[in-house]
Amino acid sequence: METLLFLAATEPDGSLAPSALEALGAARSLAAALGGCSLTVGLQGQSVQTAADRIAGCGATRFLGVVGQDFGSARYASDAAAAEALVRASQATVVVAPGTSRLSRCLPGVAQRTGGQADTHVTALGARENRPFVNRWYYRQRMEAVVQRTQRPWIILVDPGSQPPWDGSTGNTATVEMIELNLPEAARKTSVVGVRAPAADAQTIRPDANLLFVTGAGWTKKQADGQAHVAEAEQIILEFLKRSRASLGSSKSLVDLGGEGQAVLSFLSHLNQIGQTGATPRHPKGLSTCCHGEEPHTVGWRFINERRAISLDPNCGWARGKADVLYVADAFAVMRETNKLLAAKT
Amino acid sequence: MSTAYHVVVCASLVPDPLQTLEPVAGPAGPALKNEAMLPFVLDPWAAHALYEAANLARNRPGTKVWLVSLGPKAKLQQVMMTVAQKAPFEFVPLDGSASGFAEASAVAAALAEGIQGIPGLDRSKLLVFGGWESASRGAGVTMSMVGERLGIIDQFQGVDELKIQDDGSFEVVERLEGGQHQVSRCAGPPALFGWATGHLPEPKNNPQIGMINMRTLLPALQKARAVQLAAAGLSFDTVVLPRQLRETRIVKDRSAEEIAREIIDWISK
Repeated sequence: METLLFLAATEPDGSLAPSALEALGAARSLAAALGGCSLTVGLQGQSVQTAADRIAGCGATRFLGVVGQDFGSARYASDAAAAEALVRASQATVVVAPGTSRLSRCLPGVAQRTGGQADTHVTALGARENRPFVNRWYYRQRMEAVVQRTQRPWIILVDPGSQPPWDGSTGNTATVEMIELNLPEAARKTSVVGVRAPAADAQTIRPDANLLFVTGAGWTKKQADGQAHVAEAEQIILEFLKRSRASLGSSKSLVDLGGEGQAVLSFLSHLNQIGQTGATPRHPKGLSTCCHGEEPHTVGWRFINERRAISLDPNCGWARGKADVLYVADAFAVMRETNKLLAAKT
Repeated sequence: MSTAYHVVVCASLVPDPLQTLEPVAGPAGPALKNEAMLPFVLDPWAAHALYEAANLARNRPGTKVWLVSLGPKAKLQQVMMTVAQKAPFEFVPLDGSASGFAEASAVAAALAEGIQGIPGLDRSKLLVFGGWESASRGAGVTMSMVGERLGIIDQFQGVDELKIQDDGSFEVVERLEGGQHQVSRCAGPPALFGWATGHLPEPKNNPQIGMINMRTLLPALQKARAVQLAAAGLSFDTVVLPRQLRETRIVKDRSAEEIAREIIDWISK
């Protein structure tokens, strides 16, 4: 019989992020599917009581915590030590955790320490004949596998946005068993100095946006008049992002132009890159502009539900079953008009 | 005073991103159709790690770079013909599977053993570099396990920047969610870095560097240790291509305004 641990790190204010509630929902479903499986909650952070109370009604039989100033920031050595303590104390055979940058950094190492295995970017999980399985993608979202493991503990990191969040009752109080953990001095060799975030008006990556707007290299190429119009492209794109509140993505070719000394859109970085060597974001809708829909780029669209593209080439990759609608048109002209119409609406 | 480092870059091989991939059932589990025929490249994020290592070595006299790579010997040789012209390094090849379906912990064990076998490697100067995820398994698990096996508890993933300070400490910039970065300061080696893209462009091929690398590269390939990767209890129920071919509606001969109206209707729904 499996023993399941839901493991999460608390936010600086002691709460749980939405991705943690999604992983909790997945953990509860898995526990139910496994039959007779007990669920333990393990929380780590500067404080955990607020988070534990928030999910007190989740059906867990135990709440474990590792708390303290040492565990407040996302540092490998302290995060791994805390998670290891929670896994060992719970005697978990299966650990379900949100695939945040913080836990993705440390939990594979915890699997190594505890003699287990780890699977990340899990998009679905369930059980057959009391044996858990997970779905995950290989070769950058180009093929999907259903995987089982016999080695325990099995640490499963659930991709944020892939599961419905647990939305159970609030207002309860959880009794948290605190695990004493003295961090050795060697684990304090690294200190987190801070977080760099773009200014609010310069933030172009919006994970919760309804629309992903992707720019391709065509925005910086010569247009019908024989000239490139990079400054105008920037103005059009930024205005659209401002008015639509879309998240901005880019094809690799456009991001790479900077390294090749060519004219670039100044607000783009590798963080905006979508595809084989970039991100695979989750948004309900995606609009691609000036991009040819080549395979290395479109693998990044795996989790975009409705897809439309604007391209001057009617035979581009988007036309071959990758987009729902392909507008054969000049993206400059279309987006100019779109901005005008959006401005008129507000 | 400039500190010299021992930088070990772990880099796998992956099929060229432009190739069409199809899974097939092999005797030892899933594999890629015609895998032996596919052209391979150095894993993109790991390649960035190599470029960062080379840049570090260029700016820190006395710094040495090793490239530890696990893959079929013939593929390693093919890929190194190009990679060897990008940056100076000493090659540590491991002859085994580069499959994305291989068990990450087994790959980590092989890589860690390869690193531990490097003669003269100084742990007090050791920086282990790699890609934060591969373009094959895409898990971000292997490097972390390599670090654990080497007893390295200062690990960073999604690294975009590493700045060495005058006192020998370094500032590390890692990717977070939503386009943010976390900045950390680490007192010094040993440390492990899973690189994202960084800021360096791909170096141009330099035949002179290639010639120097080749002197040690080919003999190392001939002596490459064969590695068998254990499955460690991993089994695949299915591996399938997504069946999501869409019926694309192609809209031509419409004015920009008409298209704009349709797009706004769509995004407003």
